[in-house]
This record gives sequence, structure tokens and C-alpha cells, in this order.
Amino acid sequence: MTAETIIQSLASGLLMGLLYGLIAVGLALIFGLMDVVNFAHGEFLMIAMYATFFLFAFFAIDPLLAAPLVAAALFVFGAVVYLLVVRFAVRAKANAGMVQIFSTFGLAIVMRGLAQFFFTPDYRSVTHSWLGGKTISIGGIFLPVPQLFGALVSIAAFGALYFFINRTDFGRALEATREDAGAVALVGIDKNRVFALGWGLGAALVGLAGAIMAMFFYIYPDVGASFALVAYVTVALGGFGSVFGAFAGGIIVGLVEATTALMLPPSLKSVGIYAVYLLVVFVRPRGLFGSI
Amino acid sequence: MDTSFAQRRRRDLIVAGCLAAIAALVPLFVKDVYVQNIMVLTLMYAALSQSWNILSGYCGQISLGHALYFGLGAYTTALLFTKFGVLPWFGMIGGGLISAVIAMALGYPCFRLRGHYFVIATIVIAETALLLFQNWDWAGAALGIDIPVRGDSWLKFQFTRSKLPYFYFALGLACVAWLVTWWLEDSKWGYWWRAVKDNPDAAESLGVVVFNSKMGAAAVSAFLTAVGGSFYAQFVSYIDPESVMGFQFSLLMALPAVLGGIGTLWGPVLGAVILIPLTELTRSFIGGSGRGVDLIVYGTLIVLISLARPQGLVGLFSGRRKEAVR
Repeated sequence: MTAETIIQSLASGLLMGLLYGLIAVGLALIFGLMDVVNFAHGEFLMIAMYATFFLFAFFAIDPLLAAPLVAAALFVFGAVVYLLVVRFAVRAKANAGMVQIFSTFGLAIVMRGLAQFFFTPDYRSVTHSWLGGKTISIGGIFLPVPQLFGALVSIAAFGALYFFINRTDFGRALEATREDAGAVALVGIDKNRVFALGWGLGAALVGLAGAIMAMFFYIYPDVGASFALVAYVTVALGGFGSVFGAFAGGIIVGLVEATTALMLPPSLKSVGIYAVYLLVVFVRPRGLFGSI
Repeated sequence: MDTSFAQRRRRDLIVAGCLAAIAALVPLFVKDVYVQNIMVLTLMYAALSQSWNILSGYCGQISLGHALYFGLGAYTTALLFTKFGVLPWFGMIGGGLISAVIAMALGYPCFRLRGHYFVIATIVIAETALLLFQNWDWAGAALGIDIPVRGDSWLKFQFTRSKLPYFYFALGLACVAWLVTWWLEDSKWGYWWRAVKDNPDAAESLGVVVFNSKMGAAAVSAFLTAVGGSFYAQFVSYIDPESVMGFQFSLLMALPAVLGGIGTLWGPVLGAVILIPLTELTRSFIGGSGRGVDLIVYGTLIVLISLARPQGLVGLFSGRRKEAVR
């Protein structure tokens, strides 16, 4: 194993990690807002990838142009899911935690079933997109262009989110609702509206990730499941309640995965991620930057 | 108060005895192999969900990684039988003990974690085991193990001509899991667990050793789950990592208890009796197209029940009775 291979795989790990951060941030945002883990998060990613694929296949819209459209569509979808399902789940007086897990998990099964029904279980892929299959070389290290683009979008998205949460009225409403959902009603903030917008925003972010991933991953009804687990681990590793923990968590997960792949057979690459998660929470039960 | 509680417990025991007796007679009238198969699975899931309920329902430590113990039970039995010719009965006990020990070894660091950190740790540990088994060549790796037929007897726990012995074993297992829960409910452990679930800090301050209570729940729960896994290996006579240790399996085990009523004695039974036949029937009648209609029906049902009855379906019965008494 030469130094070059190591640097090469760490570089791709970093790119993938930034993308993991982008997939996970929606989950972290929603959890931070209302303590709900969306077990259908992977399926949100899956429909975003399908949306990108169909825009490409039927209207020849490149994923680059489709990304904002898909994010907008997912925004609406996320808000609708909140209003139709989650709003009722958080009202449950008994077993609140289980109701949230299983109502969103049931939703995930329905979405997978619908995807099988309408899109068939066939593997799809976006071929010949503008960036697909291209690589650039920086100082002897080859980087795939779609992943590089995804990493840049992820950094930009986290930057925008930081600005949004700290500098806008809605961001402040979001923070205030998260601090005390009862008290915000007194100052005229509609809790349900904030939660719906939070879900919309979380879904839009995973929509953005899906549009980018459609450029270099196969698309099929179960594609979300494998990324969902990585996303949960990413959020928990960063610490629940911290949106930017997801950014750090994503980078760590990407780098650990790449390092593990250097040492163990590729089929075991996730073992490294899981081991690091366990090590971190055994030492720090709140994750790296978690508040709870 | 005390007498009514004692009365309720006695009534539960009588009802369970009657139900078991009726269940034991059903195969005399139902000869259809397909239906018998569904009944075996229903009883197996009732037992598994009851076991899961001990740790996750009573003690409140939500595990979504119980497929690990199920898989360990299945693999211990299958490996001992195919590699060393050890009878499945020993594999069953051995698998249960191994699982109980592993559950406590894992519980040692994990029970410090709370909420979602704990849930994700259980998922991640089971997934790690799944990946290791998929790469473990001696244990058949991803292809799994084919358990060869060596006869048709209780001694070898293999039955080729009829499914009935499997049915009666599964019924026995469901009864044992129910009885263990029934007994524990009124033991000091049962009270500790409920205290730990409701408020661990308060329980600790009142002298409940929270950590030991969790360890006890984990050991019992893992042992029973592994026995179920060991039974399943004999029943289907072919196992592979994904089918006995996959994440889906952990959820399937939890679902009957959640829908029936988590942390209740009857919840897992009720949930399994409703859910498993429904799953199997939708799968064979509308799932045959391979187009996911069964998933749509199944998922919708989970969403609706969990939203409409957060306390589980078992509340439909006891809730009404309480009102009638008032």
C-alpha cells in the first residue's frame, strides 16, 4: 500500500463523507426541532433519486438543473408528511417514542411498496449526465467530478443553513420552538407551521442529496435503506440536537469507511463505521457535539 | 387493590390455559398445510415478541437488534448439528446460553446509553454481527447453511411427514414465553423493570439497582429469543445471515408487541395473532405480483394502528372493561 493509495482513498472518503453529512442533516434538523427520528428518511432519499431519474429520462433535464426542482418537491412532500402523519404521532400520550418509530417506519414500508408498484424493482441509472463519469486530477489524486460537486454542495448547504438558523426570522422561530414549543405560542408563533416548515426543510436537504447521488448510484426501491442506517449513525455520532454535529459526523464516517476499506474486505467497510460509533458513545454517551 | 390484582393474575392464567388448550385442538380440524404453516409462524412470533417485550416493553430498553440473538440461536443449533452432529436440543440450550452471555457482555457498555443512542447501538451491533457472519466462510458465509435431513423424530427435532410436531413445539414455546412473562410481572424483577422504564433516576434513588435490572431483562430476553431462532432453523432447515439476522427481522419481532400493546402481558400474543396471518395472507394473495401491493397494505396498517392506538390494541379490551366497571 503506497502513500498515494492512502491519500487517494482518504480523499474519496472525505468527498463521500461530506455527502453523508448532507444526507444526514435533514434528519438532524428534524430531530433537533422536535425529538423525532424519521425512520423514513432513507425513503425520502429514494424518491428524490427517482424524481431526478424521471426528470432526466422523460424531460432530459440534467441532474444539475433538476436538483433545485427535486429539493422544492421534497420540501412540499416533507411538509405534507408532517401534516398527515407526524403531527398525529407526536400527539400520542402513550409510548410516544414507539409511535414515532413505527409510524414513520410504516410510512417507509408504504413508500417502498409504492416505488415497487409504480417504478418496478428494476435498477435504474442516470447515464450521460453532464458531470457523470468525469474525473479531475489534483496533484496526482483523481477525484470523480459528481462526488466533488456533491461535496461542494454539501459545504454550501451547511453554510446556508448556518446563516439561515442564526440570521433569519424563521431560523429564530425554529430555534425558539425547539427550546420551548409551548411558550412560542404566546408570542404568536404557530408551532405546527414551524414544524411543517422544519420537515419541509429537512426533506429538501435530503432531496438535494438524492439529486446529486442519482448521478453515480443505481436507483431502486430499497436504495434508501442502506443509506438510512449510515445517516442515523452519522447524526448520533455528531450528537442528537446538533445540526452541525451531522457535518462533522459525516466527515468522520466517510473517512472511517475509506480507511476500513483499505484494511478489510470491501464487504466489511461498514464495520469500521459501526465500531467508531460504539467507541464514541461509550466514551461520550451524547455523541461528539450533542446537547441531549 | 391487592385482591383484585391477584384475581386478575389468576384470571389471566386461566384464560391463557383455555386459549392454549383450544389452540392445541385446532390442528385436529385444520389439515391444510399452508394454514398450519401460518399457525406455526404466528406462535413463533408470539413467543419472540413476548421475549422482546421483556427487555423493550417492561424494562423500556428499546432494542432494534434482537435479530442478533435470534440469529445466534439459529446458527449455534445449525452449526453444532451440521459440523459436530450435536442434537438440536443441546444447540437450543447452548444457543440460548451463548445469547444470554453475549447480551450481558454487550449490555455492560450499552446500558449506559439512553434513548436513541441506545436504539442505534443495538441496530449497529446486530448489523456488525450480520456482516461478520456474511464473511465467515466456515459458517457458510452469505450462502448460509443447509441443514440435512437425518430422520423424522423428536430426538433429532426433524419432521418430514407432518408439520404438527413443529406446531406443538411452537405452541409450547409461546406458552413458556408467556408464563415467564406472567411470573416475572409480579416478581421483584417486574417491579424493578417498570420503575427503570418510568424513571431510572428515581428508581436508582429508591434503591433499585438499575444496571442489574437491565442486565437481567437482557439475559432472559436474549435466551428466549435464541430458543426461537433455534426452532426456526429446524423448522425451515435452511438459514442464511440475511434471513435470520437482518434488520427487518428485528423490526418484525418488535411489531406484534408494539401493535398489540408494548409492556403488556397480552399485547405480543394479540399482535401476533392479528399481524402474522395478515402478513402471510397479503403476501400470498396480493404479493404474488411482486409489485409491492402487500407492502403498501402492511405499511398503511402499521401507520394507522400506531397512530390510532398508541397504547396498543390490547387497550381495546381492558379499556372498555374498566369503563364498564366504573
